[in-house]
Amino acid sequence: MQDIPTAPRPTTLPPAQARPAADHLPRLALIGNPNSGKTSLFNQLTGLNQKVGNFPGVTVDRKTGIAQLGGQRRAEIIDLPGTYSLYPKSLDERVITDLLYNPDSADYPNFVVVTVDASNLRRSLLLFSQLADLGLPAILALNMTDVAAERGIQIDLPALERELGVPVVPMNARKGVGVAALRIVMAERLAAPPALRFWKLGDDLLPLVRQIRYYFNLHNDYLALHYAHQFRGLRFLSDDERAYIQELTDKYKFDSTARQAEETIARYARINELLLEVVTVTRTEQREPVSNRIDKVLTHRVFGYLIFLAVLFLLFQAIFAWAQYPMDLIDQGVASLNELIQAHFHGPLVRLLTEGVIAGLGGVVIFIPQIALLFAFLAVLEETGYMARVTFLMDKLMRPFGLSGKSVVPLISGLACAVPAIMGARTIESWKDRMLTIFVTPLMSCSARIPVYTVLVALVVPDEAWLGIFNMRGLVLMGLYLLGLVSALVSAFVLKKILKARERSYFIMEFPVYRWPRWKNVGLTIVEKVKAFIFQAGKVIVAISVLLWVLASYGPGDRQDKAEAQIRQREEQLDTPNAAGQYPKRRPPEAGELEREIASARLETSYAGTFGHVIEPVIRPLGFDWKVGIALLTSFAAREVFVGTMSTIYSVGQDADLGTVQQKLANEKDINGQPFFTPVRALSLLVFYVFAMQCMSTLAVTYRETKSWRWPLGQLVYMTGLAYAASLLVWQVFS
Amino acid sequence: MAFLRRSSPATAPAPVSLRRTANDLQVGERATVCCLKDPEMALKLLEMGCIPGTQVRLAGRAPLGDPLMLVLGDEEYTLSLRVSEAATIQLKD
Repeated sequence: MQDIPTAPRPTTLPPAQARPAADHLPRLALIGNPNSGKTSLFNQLTGLNQKVGNFPGVTVDRKTGIAQLGGQRRAEIIDLPGTYSLYPKSLDERVITDLLYNPDSADYPNFVVVTVDASNLRRSLLLFSQLADLGLPAILALNMTDVAAERGIQIDLPALERELGVPVVPMNARKGVGVAALRIVMAERLAAPPALRFWKLGDDLLPLVRQIRYYFNLHNDYLALHYAHQFRGLRFLSDDERAYIQELTDKYKFDSTARQAEETIARYARINELLLEVVTVTRTEQREPVSNRIDKVLTHRVFGYLIFLAVLFLLFQAIFAWAQYPMDLIDQGVASLNELIQAHFHGPLVRLLTEGVIAGLGGVVIFIPQIALLFAFLAVLEETGYMARVTFLMDKLMRPFGLSGKSVVPLISGLACAVPAIMGARTIESWKDRMLTIFVTPLMSCSARIPVYTVLVALVVPDEAWLGIFNMRGLVLMGLYLLGLVSALVSAFVLKKILKARERSYFIMEFPVYRWPRWKNVGLTIVEKVKAFIFQAGKVIVAISVLLWVLASYGPGDRQDKAEAQIRQREEQLDTPNAAGQYPKRRPPEAGELEREIASARLETSYAGTFGHVIEPVIRPLGFDWKVGIALLTSFAAREVFVGTMSTIYSVGQDADLGTVQQKLANEKDINGQPFFTPVRALSLLVFYVFAMQCMSTLAVTYRETKSWRWPLGQLVYMTGLAYAASLLVWQVFS
Repeated sequence: MAFLRRSSPATAPAPVSLRRTANDLQVGERATVCCLKDPEMALKLLEMGCIPGTQVRLAGRAPLGDPLMLVLGDEEYTLSLRVSEAATIQLKD
């Protein structure tokens, strides 16, 4: 195979060239098998905060960062999803072909750094050999040398370099060993010679391959071969170009599957040959690896599930019990801050600040303990490799519902937030499994529902023990979570019958070796998630809080003033002695009652009140009034807005310094003077929140992941319909 | 779950092979991979290092019997795969 040096663009920088300008930094791609330590290396090189997981395929997006190399050079690094070969089997891996097969792409790398698991060299080199045959200059980052040494694997580095024709840098990316050396080699590699070739395609393929090669002006036969294999998945090709390749492959009766198998086996033969020269294994004792022994316990038919249940129990314990202390502190802190401000300042701006901005901020900040704990848990589960075992344990259980074991991770992550969970579903190769998972994930009770649940449950369920041990509130909360889970599974089951499979579903995956979590990574994950929540969800929440305060404080025309005048007039009449010189019989005077009555009347005649009244007929069958209606409407932006809305509405309607939201809700009376939030009414509202699709971010991310409006619209209509029906049932049957 | 299982192309050997598959292994038993029955599945298996001639050991089954844990090579690494996937791995006698 002769490579004509007429590549469409130079893939190397001449060494003599001056340092490239900042916007023309040399670009390099980081590529390797799942669990080969690629993301750890990316973090070491760029220092960017990024999630590193032990679950295969945690990197679903291409991430980039700037790395300082040796000799004052800098480079842009692209982190690619883990893959076993250049023949993508999932959407994840397709990111790679999009990048590497299009030399005209703006992101086309100058060279690649291939991370390789030293303890598993044969399989890792398959990917390397394909990359080398594409003609990409490469560096081999020989990772996990510590694991290899433990297993008695000795690698002759000079021989490996000679055989592969590229620099080999031994390292341990988790500990940062070898990273400095890699930087220096990378800087030198900017002027890279072409790599060796490992596999030569058969002469019978040449007529097909050469036609593709010259048509697209490609620099290499092997790349042209990949076009023949994968033209359907290459997004940068036009329809005409695809049709052209289709025509050619039909003409030459190109059997992609058989050719791939042939190529892979030939590559392994070559790699085996090569490894004979390079690797010697001296096994001291034949002992089962620790990981396998741990697996015996963690995937045991009894202990496996018990341990998984215990882990889940611990997770809920953390979210609901441990998080309570910091949350109470935050709650009280916000309330006393508001009281303090209102004691010293007055005026509409102060009210905007306390009742709008600070109340809204308080509603955001209060989530932090729960979000931090939840993501800490998920991060540890991923880091240790336990998530993969969960997949293994749950696969058979999930399959009747049309889901796979891989759906468990998105579903569990959905307990935290549906947005990252839906993105995480990209690791599911099968289109149908993935769509089902995406569709039902928002039914899992996410952390944004927690405040709604907590406030309403605490309002109507006594804080008592049941049977002496179980806390009643805890039980009700668990029931709500189960309701979400069951509805997700049932929905998946129904959808499974409707949807047709597009391709077969694979489950096969590699079990990562158990490892201690890297606490720094866990910490970074927490910070990243909390920040994302505050700055993304938080913005919406505060903005809506302020908007609501305005809507609740001002009304159309002079209706508010009229309502106020009416009440004052009535009061004045009561204050005026009648003809007999007697005062009318009065209720016992209560401090601030007049003001509260006025405020309430003003709210009812405000824009928000008008709005609520308009939709009241629709939600009355569910047991809700116009105040709840306002909260429901605002919740469609994001659920967590509910509590903020309620507190704004009620703090406007009553004394602003009444304290916590809960008290405000508990003090709410219906027309008969009874508490408004009866257990059934609260239950109806809770059930509504379990099912309803009330998150614009989730809809947006579903659109992004499915590339079709059908899915998010389907979610919106289905979930909201379900919520309405369930709520209606609860209120009509139990009240 | 017999629906929609893609049948092998006509080129596949027609007689039902009586060879044992990875799914027939007893837990802890070792064997050598002979061939891979299903061409599409074979690609995935090959990439993951399950090559004809490789030694495999059934390390365990999930509590409900499916999926399986298959240790490849000289205790190098563990694959997790479904019964239907393991059944495409034929073993040498």
